[in-house]
Amino acid sequence: MFYRETGQFKTSYQADQAIFPIRQDRIFILIWLLIGFAVIPLVASEYAFRAILIPVTIMGLAALGLNILVGYCGQVSLGTGAFMAVGAYAAYNFMIRVPELNPLFCFVLGGLTATGVGILFGIPSLRIKGFYLAVATLALQFFTDWAFSRIGWFTNYTPSGSIAVQPVEVFGFAFNTPLRKYFLCLTILSIFALVAKNIVRGRIGRAWMATRDMDVAAEIIGIRPMYAKLSAFAVSSFFIGIAGALWAYIYLGSWEPLAFDINVSFSVLFMVIIGGLGSIVGGLMGAAFITLLPLMLNQLPSAMGFEISTALIKHLEIMIFGALIIFFLAVEPLGFARLWQIAKEKLRLWPFPH
Amino acid sequence: MGFFVEVLIGGLMAGVLYSLVALGFVLIFKASGVFNFAQGAMVLFAALTFVRLIDILKDTFAPIMLSLLITIALMVVLAMAVERLVLRPMVNQPGISLFMATLGIAYFLDGFGQTLWGSDIYTLDIGIPKEPLMLLETVFEGGVLVASEDLIATVVAGLLVVVLAIFFQRTRVGRALRAVADDHQAAQSIGIPLNYIWVVVWTVAGLVALVAGIIWGSKLGVQFSLSLIALKALPVLILGGFESVLGAIIGGLIIGAGEKLSEIYLGPYVGGGIEYWFAYMLALFFLLFRPQGLFGEVHIDRV
Amino acid sequence: MGYSKLIKGLLLSMLLVIVGCGQKEEGTGTDTSSDSQTSSNTNNQAYAPTPDGNEQFVPVLSYRTGPYAPNGTGVANGFVDYLKLVDARDGGVNGVRISFEECETEYKTDRGVECYERLKGLGPTGATVFNPNSTGVTFALTEKTTTDKIPLITMGYGRSESRDGSVFPWNFPMMGTYWTAADVLVQHVGNLSGGLDKLKGKKIALVYHDSPFGKEPIPLLQKRSEMHGFSLTTIPVTHPGVEQKAAWLQVRQDKPDYVFLWGWGVMNSTSIKEAAAVRYPREQMFGVWWSGAEPDVTPAGDDSIGYSSVTLQHSAGSDNQVHKDIFKYVYDAGAGSGDRDRVGEVLYNRGMLNAAIVVEVIRNAQSKYGQKPLTGEQIRWGIENFELTQAQIDKLGLTGMVQPIKLSCSDHEGTRIARIHTWNGKTWEYSSDWIEASDAVIKPMVETAASNYAKEKNITRASCES
Repeated sequence: MFYRETGQFKTSYQADQAIFPIRQDRIFILIWLLIGFAVIPLVASEYAFRAILIPVTIMGLAALGLNILVGYCGQVSLGTGAFMAVGAYAAYNFMIRVPELNPLFCFVLGGLTATGVGILFGIPSLRIKGFYLAVATLALQFFTDWAFSRIGWFTNYTPSGSIAVQPVEVFGFAFNTPLRKYFLCLTILSIFALVAKNIVRGRIGRAWMATRDMDVAAEIIGIRPMYAKLSAFAVSSFFIGIAGALWAYIYLGSWEPLAFDINVSFSVLFMVIIGGLGSIVGGLMGAAFITLLPLMLNQLPSAMGFEISTALIKHLEIMIFGALIIFFLAVEPLGFARLWQIAKEKLRLWPFPH
Repeated sequence: MGFFVEVLIGGLMAGVLYSLVALGFVLIFKASGVFNFAQGAMVLFAALTFVRLIDILKDTFAPIMLSLLITIALMVVLAMAVERLVLRPMVNQPGISLFMATLGIAYFLDGFGQTLWGSDIYTLDIGIPKEPLMLLETVFEGGVLVASEDLIATVVAGLLVVVLAIFFQRTRVGRALRAVADDHQAAQSIGIPLNYIWVVVWTVAGLVALVAGIIWGSKLGVQFSLSLIALKALPVLILGGFESVLGAIIGGLIIGAGEKLSEIYLGPYVGGGIEYWFAYMLALFFLLFRPQGLFGEVHIDRV
Repeated sequence: MGYSKLIKGLLLSMLLVIVGCGQKEEGTGTDTSSDSQTSSNTNNQAYAPTPDGNEQFVPVLSYRTGPYAPNGTGVANGFVDYLKLVDARDGGVNGVRISFEECETEYKTDRGVECYERLKGLGPTGATVFNPNSTGVTFALTEKTTTDKIPLITMGYGRSESRDGSVFPWNFPMMGTYWTAADVLVQHVGNLSGGLDKLKGKKIALVYHDSPFGKEPIPLLQKRSEMHGFSLTTIPVTHPGVEQKAAWLQVRQDKPDYVFLWGWGVMNSTSIKEAAAVRYPREQMFGVWWSGAEPDVTPAGDDSIGYSSVTLQHSAGSDNQVHKDIFKYVYDAGAGSGDRDRVGEVLYNRGMLNAAIVVEVIRNAQSKYGQKPLTGEQIRWGIENFELTQAQIDKLGLTGMVQPIKLSCSDHEGTRIARIHTWNGKTWEYSSDWIEASDAVIKPMVETAASNYAKEKNITRASCES
């Protein structure tokens, strides 16, 4: 009843190729943006900003990046943490060595450095496939863990190898309150989501999807696998690199190589798969789910009045987390994005069954 | 020279220990095409169960044997639960989804094991001798020092491979397993019960995890870190090939020797601590020449 | 997938969880380990405000799961038990009740930050003081606490240079930094060799956890090695430290005269076992105070005999008056956090001591600001002007566990003395006199490092005179 395309005629190619061809979708996106930019800042507490909203937006960006690689191009990567680390450390080094640079520009440079590393480590994907590739990307993960803790230059020779960041200030405007930080992250996320949406429905995106579905067939119809795979690695690691820089600068404020260890890689991969492979909105939903679930599980027992030890809460939390992962994969292997799609299809008919 | 030999032997033995964990991965991948990330968690779960049961049963006549039997029974139950709750509902899902599901199993088992048995560190002593042995004292100056625990682990791993090889080649179930691994549908159509096979193979993987858990546990003490050992088994796995039992052993030897030699002879020049990533890089390097691992099966893509 | 299957899947998953919970109950009923005790009789209070609001909220960041759980559990139990004792025995501090909530960090930085954000605003006046129990989390919180005006007590860990209160007004690495620990160890092995000058030409190897924690002592050891002419080899061990064969083969090849162990968690016991496997004498191995507790030595069995570590003043033992009180008021009331037998282990005592100091600084702050709930800023004054005299130590029932402490703006550490203790297979025994770290060596290093930090961060040094 509300979600009905009837009567929306496309009279030009432009209208037909619009990013959101259906009017309700446009309205819906606007509502979401309104909620994100206007409603949430009015109602959220400081804890919500710092512990939920900022991590969700940053991890959403990382999930977006990984989704390009895994969901659209079909190359499984367990090196997300490494790309984030590269972005973070590169941004730090640009900032400390060229202090007059704008921090936002440093983030972009961090992303570009991650892109370079991504292309380099994307090269094996031309020969190695599937799980072999997934495990091979762990090589990068462990290598960066090592390099950033052992090579002094990266950390500006801090004796402990831990980095404390400089304040983020753009044209005299300091991003120092949770609200400002949240706006920064949300703006970046929105821009990148738009960019991603446009890339994946264009020529490159179609090349990626063809490669994902069957690389040999894609090659036969004239898609260069090297170009498709490496461009996916490049775009994906650019997104992830920027997310890494934000994670370090906006969320952590001070970090050590362990902050970007293999657990980060896994949790971003979880976000992508639970959210839905090959869906932009799915990645964001996955990020929200994976960030919120442990917090909720953690606070649920005490909120319900049970008094149990923190260790038991934690163990129950990871048990339930594991069980839920299995449950979601068994029930809806295509993730939240698919549930969302089903909901839309039902809405299209509702309230009349036919 | 004596020191080089010592490092080499130490590395080879460390490699065998990795192989023990890698074997579990191989078994499951071979028979069901599932990349089972929960193998590390199974090692932890099995070892925790075993060590805590010994403690509970310490007043009975044979605590170790009883505990072993109960643990084995639990691993069978676990295999059945995995088959029923994870594999069956997810049949025909893409590999990546199954892989993620095993990550879910890993989380669940980590939490479950520690809820059940506690997260303290437990000493596991089943009488494996610990005194290091001095070998070849006449050949090299200073001799070659070998930990006897590692020697025993090597023997156990060797035995395990022989038993598994016999199981796969000679028994009825083993042949069925290989048939399933070859082609699920063809196997099913000639009357091999898929679900039963899955239970069998997860049970076997669980038993391998128990063996690995006992060996690693008596070396390190049983606690959470055991489940992280899976990460050391992964390069072994891609180097040897996901489908090859022999590959897991050979891969383990290459990785073990490679990482120890690199750490000792290369490490000091770059600041040390390189063995973790070196193992992966080594495996990656081999993969560039043989993308399916040393002993993996070559799959031909058809359009 | 049809809906029947979907529902079936749902039911089965729920069953799985329920079975899990059910079996847990069985498990806790039958075994007697400390952890099951924790799950059965602990009352981790989620924070609930008291009606009159007359309370001081103490956040507890702990880790009872993950690779470092065996060590983290002891610290957390000691800390929480002491807070419970103060409430049960004294009814709080001068009538102001102590409330607390535990948050699990898993020894991970990002979880630690989340816990900090969750707990910092609780209680009528916000969180009193944070004890992060992890060097990584300390680094991450250093700046946040400055903005939020909450002090950070890092007893025996954290940034070594943060004892300089003019640059780090909110950090209090009380009772010893890693530089202090390293300096005491160097002096101890100097004594063993017959004087610091005899160290010339000797070899010392540092086997360390490859993290900020493990790297902290390196600058001091380098400086000492220049001073006395011993050679220093640093051997990193990758987290979590379950595979150390290469490190110890290196030790076997180098044959250092002494090995310093800077490990945490499972790394420690593995180091001791690997040392035994290469026949390196444990008598020549010396750990930091985080490598010298029961979970570090017992898994290695008899291999650990002869191994020593520096203490954070105290060792194991449960004969002090404070322990008797804890048994009487906390455990006999069924409110103990852990296993009764494990009260008095090294890490338990450390957590307990840490809590005692937190309570005493609150008392000190109350002497200036009145007997009511205080803010973090007021507590900070209480810490910076804190003095623990022998008389107070005796009164608290801590005799022998801690020596007098006196903090000032320029010295947030308070004391720099420590002893060595050695594992004899059953218990820890003191094996040295009190050794005081040389401030002539440490102080210039602290100043340089703190100045560098201030420069990088654009902090103007506060004056310590006012």
